[in-house]
Amino acid sequence: MANLVGSKVERKEDKRFLTGKGQYTADINLVHQTYACFVRSPHARAKINKIDIAKASSAPGVVKILTGDDLAKDKIGGLIAGWKIVSQDGKDMKVPPHPPLAKDSVNYVGDHVAIVIAETLEQAKNAAELVNVSYKIQKAVVKTEDAMNSDAIYEGIDRNLCFDFLLGDKGKTDEALSKADKVVKLDLINNRLIPNAMEPRASIGDYNPSSEQLTLYTTNQNPHLTRLVLSAFNAIAPEHKFRVVAPDVGGGFGSKIYPYAEDAVVAWASKKIERPVKWVAERSESFLSDCHGRDHITHVELGIKNDGKMTALKVETIANIGAYASLFATVTPTYLYAPLVIGLYDIPVASCNVKAVFTNTAPVDAYRGAGRPEAAFLIERIVTEGAKEIGMDQAEFRKKNFINKFPHQQCLIHNIDSGDYAAHLDKALEVGDYKNFENRRTQSAKKGKLRGIGFSTYIEACGIAPSAVVMSIGAGVGLWESAEVRFNATGNVSVFTGAHSHGQGHETTFAQIVGDRLGVAIENIDVIHGDTDKGPFGMGTYGSRSLAVGGTAIAKACDKIIEKGKKVAAHMLEGKPEDIEFKAGEFVLKNSNKKKTIGEIAFACYLPGQYGEIKSPLPTGVEPGLKETAFYDPVNFSFPAGTHICEVEVDQDTGETKVAKYTAVDDFGTIINPMIVEGQVYGGLAQGIGQALYENGHYDESGQLTTASYMDYTMPRADNFPQFKLDFTTTPATSNPLGAKGCGEAGAIAAPPAVMNAVIDAVGTDVSMPATAEKVWNALKKKGTKKVAA
Amino acid sequence: MKNFNFKSATNSKEASKLASGRATFLAGGMSLLPAMKLRLAAYTDLINIKKIKTLSGIKVSSKSLRIGATTTHSLVSNSKEVGKSIPSLAVLADGIGDPQVRNRGTIGGSIANNDPAADYPSACLALNATIHTSKRKISADKFFKGMFETDLKKGELIESVEFEIPEKSAYAKYPNPASRYAVVGVYVAKLKNEVRVAVTGAASCVFRSKELEASLSNNFSASVIDSINISAKGLNSDIHASAEYRAHIIKVMAKKAVSSC
Repeated sequence: MANLVGSKVERKEDKRFLTGKGQYTADINLVHQTYACFVRSPHARAKINKIDIAKASSAPGVVKILTGDDLAKDKIGGLIAGWKIVSQDGKDMKVPPHPPLAKDSVNYVGDHVAIVIAETLEQAKNAAELVNVSYKIQKAVVKTEDAMNSDAIYEGIDRNLCFDFLLGDKGKTDEALSKADKVVKLDLINNRLIPNAMEPRASIGDYNPSSEQLTLYTTNQNPHLTRLVLSAFNAIAPEHKFRVVAPDVGGGFGSKIYPYAEDAVVAWASKKIERPVKWVAERSESFLSDCHGRDHITHVELGIKNDGKMTALKVETIANIGAYASLFATVTPTYLYAPLVIGLYDIPVASCNVKAVFTNTAPVDAYRGAGRPEAAFLIERIVTEGAKEIGMDQAEFRKKNFINKFPHQQCLIHNIDSGDYAAHLDKALEVGDYKNFENRRTQSAKKGKLRGIGFSTYIEACGIAPSAVVMSIGAGVGLWESAEVRFNATGNVSVFTGAHSHGQGHETTFAQIVGDRLGVAIENIDVIHGDTDKGPFGMGTYGSRSLAVGGTAIAKACDKIIEKGKKVAAHMLEGKPEDIEFKAGEFVLKNSNKKKTIGEIAFACYLPGQYGEIKSPLPTGVEPGLKETAFYDPVNFSFPAGTHICEVEVDQDTGETKVAKYTAVDDFGTIINPMIVEGQVYGGLAQGIGQALYENGHYDESGQLTTASYMDYTMPRADNFPQFKLDFTTTPATSNPLGAKGCGEAGAIAAPPAVMNAVIDAVGTDVSMPATAEKVWNALKKKGTKKVAA
Repeated sequence: MKNFNFKSATNSKEASKLASGRATFLAGGMSLLPAMKLRLAAYTDLINIKKIKTLSGIKVSSKSLRIGATTTHSLVSNSKEVGKSIPSLAVLADGIGDPQVRNRGTIGGSIANNDPAADYPSACLALNATIHTSKRKISADKFFKGMFETDLKKGELIESVEFEIPEKSAYAKYPNPASRYAVVGVYVAKLKNEVRVAVTGAASCVFRSKELEASLSNNFSASVIDSINISAKGLNSDIHASAEYRAHIIKVMAKKAVSSC
């Protein structure tokens, strides 16, 4: 059997995706299906005086119109914040109620007011236009920086403050800063991003009055958690009568982790009308109502000694979490962010204060990297300024401060198990041809372009997460993962995982693990996910956890299969289980030429007895069947890290910035499929460069989203990027047996500071993200930079 | 999209006749259909004019180039006649939207819509075009009236656009990174009797830049543009570009266009 792990196996799932045969939620059509259109708030903040549905109800084709009052009558609960954060004064965070359909007020443009269900989509849309909502418009709180000084949006939530969180020792940090030889200070904006998964969200509620079973088909990254939340908190249906199916999903990036209002409402509505209810978001609805990402304002101070050692870091952040606290909205700017503000540096003391504020904007939640891009951005920006201040080379300054002994207990939370930061930095310098940068700068100048270089030596905490740890800091759930490996009698294998693939290629990567472990050909392995009626309860896919946690659960289940196989093989080969060795799909009795293939063992397990010529008895006390379940709770986070070096060219006439060269050297621990990993890095870089140069979710003063379509929201395109140069170094994770660290978010985490450091190097003065042409032009003008001669 | 009646006309007279009530002409539909899908526009009748054979095609004479109203952008960009007579027009057509849009979208549709950031209106102004309609001839200078507004009357159908063949010309576009419509597009043409400079994307409607025309009439070279003062007054200011930036980009694009003439 060839070694599958470590080779570029082509993705099993691509054939159906590339030939248009993927089965997405919108592709599913059910008998007697109805169509839903949501009436959404056109105002950022308003009281609802009255919702008049009379005219709409009598419109052609209308089946039912439901509002927040109907929800309340049925005692359907609100959407929840899944992670409790405690403020520095010891008080719990404050969150407003979040009814799936607005009850008395609407709090952002796109907020859900009513559902109109009709026989056709056009009829639903036509009727939705006839729903007459009388609003009393109130002044919206829009800007992150103004939120704490504005009127309270919700009664009882003073200063619109959700929590005031502190990690680290502020007193000691201040003291260390006061003793530093140099203190570098920066004010940074981490711009709001809109996720833009290729597949817009969709949900179909399908209630079967005969079995009293409710099925929800939805575009989601973790169907089990969705079922649990909608059951336990929204009272949509009891868990055993509720099936959630997340079929092929076209990208999530975090925005599909959580159950949304639409999921709860279509499921509940289907129960009420006893017919399937289908809703598919239009792209404009995705812009308005998918959870957004980032949106931080940060002040950061770094203390440095004259010899170049960093001594302390202080961070003050205001995080805008939008109108409501979404499921992971409170953990993203706290525990996923604050522990990593010191990056991969050995900084002895640090503090991070985060004030999370409510505004009348779409809820902000986890988006590719979730907290870690924000942390990497601030530390890599200020480290870059620190090197300049101290007069050291960017690479040398970083190296001098790298953590270099492992395991390393950092001063905030994490215990970092493994890494070799100098190794990826050195490799990046070589692969990126750092030594000839000045020549390239001269070449660019000859074309009249300003060239700049930027470094980003990042770290992230992935493999989310050890349950005991996260539950002790407020998580509402444990973050283990499950797997079931089911041998079929004919020798092929069905693998069930609680992780969910929405572009990551799990059907291939996981099959590679199983193939190697059990010695089964990859074409005889099927990986199944996304259906609560099929596999065991799982926690889904986000936080680069699928391989490190879900993959480990699969490996453990495989090991259990082998254990049972040994017992059966021993019986059949007339030896002892401890004398059976399993290798490359065969059980071999030590010191003999007797062996059985794993296929023969599976057959024996399912047909224990005489079958024609074949005699396959099971030992006494061994149950028939060959199927094992394993749950894996990680012992630690995993810590991918790497060095990215970006070079940009700036057009002095227009301020337009182009990425001219991009080098990424990442340490993801053990890599199962290098091709899939490269794809993940590419995608992450596109989003990271997108954040740095192009993307910006912008609300005007009244709270209208002015970037609510591709006419105005700049999604980067292929021609915005050069060919990326990728390479890897490897220090296996010690926290899981696969040695895997995770790769899904790295590009989006590492790229923004690499790009911005390069832009700022080229321009010679600070520029905020996104570094649009006009901003760069203004910066050049303000600085009065002498034009390089063309 | 709300329901509507779909009718096809075989000649312009019939098309004009059918266009009563809340009706509009449908050529490529590249702007009209998205607006209808978004429910920003609704009509009782769409009159398909793509079947009117006389409306499509390219004819060139010694003085002018005439393009039929339903001629697609890709036909213009790939046309040998256009490439020889007014190559800058082929370049402009090749820069509109994406291949799908260029295969459906038409010159008549573009100028009838008069999107303030569309490319073709600048070509019409700069190349002193005459718009031939089912009723009359309209000079480009009188045709473009304001944002999404033209001199066309109800039921009046554009049949062709006739461009003066210039001595030299060029179009330089600074695209919006999101939509790739023009933030600023500058069309420069040195005609037999005059120099014309048309600017699109920068204001509520395409316009001729008197400052640029005056200077370039004296000396048709990129170097004179540096000393010209383009006022930001009246220019668009939005999330994509301030009026001041647009004023600056007009100069940058004008220089680029003149340099490539």
